[in-house]
Amino acid sequence: MAATTTGTVEPKMWMGGIEPMKASYGKLMMWFFLISDTFTFSALLVSYGLVRFSYTAYAGEVADFTFSNLYWPIPEKVYEAVPFLHGIELPLVFVGIMTFILIFSSVTMVLAVEAGHRMDKASVEKYMLWTILGGFTFLGCQAWEWAHFIHGTESGTMVREIVNGTWIEKTIFGANLAENQYGPPAFADFFFFITGFHGTHVFSGVLLNILIYYRSATGFYDRRGHYEMVEKVGLYWHFVDLVWVFVFTFFYLV
Amino acid sequence: MADINTHDQSSDGGAAERKQIWKVFIILSLITALEFVIAFTFAHGTLKVAIFVGMTIVKAFYIVGEFMHLKHEAKSLIWSILIPCIFVVWLLLALMLEGGSIFSVR
Repeated sequence: MAATTTGTVEPKMWMGGIEPMKASYGKLMMWFFLISDTFTFSALLVSYGLVRFSYTAYAGEVADFTFSNLYWPIPEKVYEAVPFLHGIELPLVFVGIMTFILIFSSVTMVLAVEAGHRMDKASVEKYMLWTILGGFTFLGCQAWEWAHFIHGTESGTMVREIVNGTWIEKTIFGANLAENQYGPPAFADFFFFITGFHGTHVFSGVLLNILIYYRSATGFYDRRGHYEMVEKVGLYWHFVDLVWVFVFTFFYLV
Repeated sequence: MADINTHDQSSDGGAAERKQIWKVFIILSLITALEFVIAFTFAHGTLKVAIFVGMTIVKAFYIVGEFMHLKHEAKSLIWSILIPCIFVVWLLLALMLEGGSIFSVR
């Protein structure tokens, strides 16, 4: 790779032609893109923390909790629905299932990468398909969460607010970006923004996984001699899982 | 290019690597299960939040270090990823203080 000269040039670490971090260009660039995405999600999550702690927290007993736009809600009272089990209060069960699905799809992704290291085309295909299935399942679950959150509960929440100078009382059902039955408007705003950003990343990750699956299945990487592309989309997929771990903690547990 | 063309010739067909992968999965599942237990038993407060943050960072180390393989990469790459995250820590601390101040003023 060095230019032809009459003598030999001693290769230097940072002067080109060598990989100083022992990783290919593509892998390095994926890592640096992930750092930038980390900053994006960190900014969103930290501002969530800021706004959340600028509101009063609910101070009473958990059993006496009711929704109000005056204080931030307790997560296990908001997220307690499970599909097909209408009316049964199962706090945080559904989001636990979602977390398990995403972590499991990360495991199948790592197994696909490991199979790629051994040039095991059949296993790469198998594990990529499992990962894609996990991704779509997670997206379906998140769509259900949104639908349920937007639709609200049967009883709704009564709020008092000033409209055109007078106090009025009204009942709010469900949620949108302007008002919601669970707590202050910012509660729903942040829910939609942060889970929406994350869901978009999951969706683009699934699309990439489908493309890489197709490339693997048609023998493209076999002919190339290595499955490094599986590793690179694997990094993106693990990042998506990692973000969910943080979102899950800060939204649903804290 | 980096050793992408030297394929694993391990005699066990990668079984040891797969065992490690499943081991990390078990660890992550256990930590998550423990988080659920803590969510329903501890009283809401700063201690609970601190425990959750700690457990999440442990999970992050396993996902980034093992699943994303960062622990086994070159040192310079590891530090290129970790050092910028100090900015995130700063941002978190600064804005949590801000949130508290806004709360006091409200």
